Amino acid sequence: MDVLILAGGMSHERDVSVRSGRRVLEALRGRGVNASVRDVDASLVPTLRALKSGVVWPLLHGASGEDGSLQALLELTGTPFVGTSSSRARVAWGKSVAKEVLGRISISSADSVSLPQTLFRDVGAEQVLDLISERFSFPLVVKPASGGSALGVSLVTERSELSRAMVHCFAYCDVAMIERALLGTEVAVSVVGSGDAAKALPAVEILSNGPYDYDARYNAGRVEYFAPARLDAESMGAVMSVALEAHRELQLRDYSRIDMIIEAGVPHVIDINIAPGMTETSLFPQAVRASGEDLGALCERIAAEALHRGA
Amino acid sequence: MRASEIRALFSVASRPEVVSLAGGMPFIGGLPLEEIGEMMRRLIVERGETALQYGSGQGHEELREQIVEVMALEGISAHPDDVVVTTGSQQALDLVTNIFINPGDVVVAEAPSYVGALGVFRAHEADVVHTPMDADGLIPDKLEETLARLQAEGRRVKFLYTVPNYHNPGGVTLSLERRPQVLEICAGYGVLVLEDNPYGLLGFDREPLPAMHSMSEDGVIYLGSFSKTFAPGFRVGWAVAPHAVREKLVLAAEAAILCPSNASQLAISTYLAHSDWKGQIKKFREQYRERRDAMIRALEEYMPYASWNVPDGGFYVWVKLPDGLDAKSMLPRAVTGRVAYVPGTAFFYDGQGSNFMRLSYCYPTPEKIREGVRRLAGVIDDELETVNIFGTNGGSPSGQVDFPSPDIA
Repeated sequence: MDVLILAGGMSHERDVSVRSGRRVLEALRGRGVNASVRDVDASLVPTLRALKSGVVWPLLHGASGEDGSLQALLELTGTPFVGTSSSRARVAWGKSVAKEVLGRISISSADSVSLPQTLFRDVGAEQVLDLISERFSFPLVVKPASGGSALGVSLVTERSELSRAMVHCFAYCDVAMIERALLGTEVAVSVVGSGDAAKALPAVEILSNGPYDYDARYNAGRVEYFAPARLDAESMGAVMSVALEAHRELQLRDYSRIDMIIEAGVPHVIDINIAPGMTETSLFPQAVRASGEDLGALCERIAAEALHRGA
Repeated sequence: MRASEIRALFSVASRPEVVSLAGGMPFIGGLPLEEIGEMMRRLIVERGETALQYGSGQGHEELREQIVEVMALEGISAHPDDVVVTTGSQQALDLVTNIFINPGDVVVAEAPSYVGALGVFRAHEADVVHTPMDADGLIPDKLEETLARLQAEGRRVKFLYTVPNYHNPGGVTLSLERRPQVLEICAGYGVLVLEDNPYGLLGFDREPLPAMHSMSEDGVIYLGSFSKTFAPGFRVGWAVAPHAVREKLVLAAEAAILCPSNASQLAISTYLAHSDWKGQIKKFREQYRERRDAMIRALEEYMPYASWNVPDGGFYVWVKLPDGLDAKSMLPRAVTGRVAYVPGTAFFYDGQGSNFMRLSYCYPTPEKIREGVRRLAGVIDDELETVNIFGTNGGSPSGQVDFPSPDIA
């Protein structure tokens, strides 16, 4: 089987993507799969046209990799690929839309509002921020309405910090999502497979010394992970079931990672990743290990299923 | 050093779609690569048994003799025995710091200062105290004030670290008349001067000024490099130090790496012996001057609200942004806009410099430089709009090293 991994790209998460790509490359090669990795640039379309067989594995994080654009291109060229289809990727990518979809099947997420920068300009930032601080109780999380790796994210504990957090966020994205900060146990549940055959892997718990920001995610030592999470059987079952339902409801394919915070016993979804990080400190590979499976074997199976599904 | 958010952003700067004004990579495309290739071939065929063997910890004697000739261009009269060849002058910086600095000792450095040196000082747990510069480099009165204050506080100052020519990132040069003044002040306080001079031969409009080392052999440790005048890939630099220090440098170098690369040293030695290296430096100067001009013209056209120095040599323009902007928190927006720079805070030990940025003109073509500045102006406009809407910038203190790796263009 030939697997062409696409990694890198032009998003703010390029560095993470490059590392994810290398990791999956090694995992597949370790299984004897004929895998290669390349960046996304002007020679991509000719490369895809020239592909005679095999499957493409898009591992770009952030915009164009996870917002459905790259998937649309792969669909246009009729190339079989790993992961969620373009139309479903677009839904999962917009945090507020995904929340709405999940809300319909009673999956909780933090109370939030998404606002573009233009609104603040047109009606006056201070007044909007006042409204926000009246409507929500602090602490709040300000984050780009799309994007990952905690880039542009701030934890805001009082009104006076809100303006700075907005400016930080708008450097990454035109739309900011402001949500109530959930206080509780943070877990990530990886899901493998598609539709009825999808299966949740054991939850991984994230215990962060300080904010679980970019620095904490990609530097060993700032965060302690527990794989599997230190949850009783009931809670473990509950978060795995929420992840599985979310994966199915959003019609995600092959693999995903659903991040949650369990507050007062209730799991709230905080993020959906259709191309979860695969670096050495990433959560998906940890979940695979906790499940007792070999990452290479799993990656091979995911690629084989995508190939079998065809374009 | 930790993987910071900013460092991750720089990884996008390596893509060809991005105009990177962030790095410090010399314009290697300007070298006669065919000719150098043939020289390297002959070196290995004719002298391979030496070139590919271990060498002396102090460096190859033949190259040290040639280094003495190179330094003579800046008025230094040294003996080959005074020279210690190192793996880039960066290693010399590390060795000198290792020898002199105990945790908590003070290094006085220009404000701003070379980020690579700050990294070395940080690794050795030194405390860096900045002293201001103006268009003529270090300000002697202010230096004296700084040293007097530190003395009064009972702080132990080990050396003054300075880049006197075409400063990185400041772009300015220490004037001829200030050089002896600075040396005298340091001598008065018993403070050694660490003179880091990678750019001295890359002036656009005039002959090199005499090195500080030429005015005080005992008070100055001199660091030189072939990285900017020839090619950084060989990783060959050197130190010239008073005898007692030199012995320690050689021992420390042997402990760290046994010996600098013989292949690299002989490659450079061959280049110096058989190539018109002075002519090549002249070509580099002309190429860099053209790029400097392109950058200054573009800044005048697109960023009239900013201010900058016009460097007369070296690689960098130091730009002051309009008040209220934070160059570091603007960087994600710049990456989206396909342009990169280094935020000013990287060049300070103490969080200063947030409304400055370093732009380098050494690597991109004049056309790219112009396009990069045009994009940057758009990024600044957008950031200014956001800052005006919210009445604050997005900056927050960070103790991290926010600088690209050396292989970023």
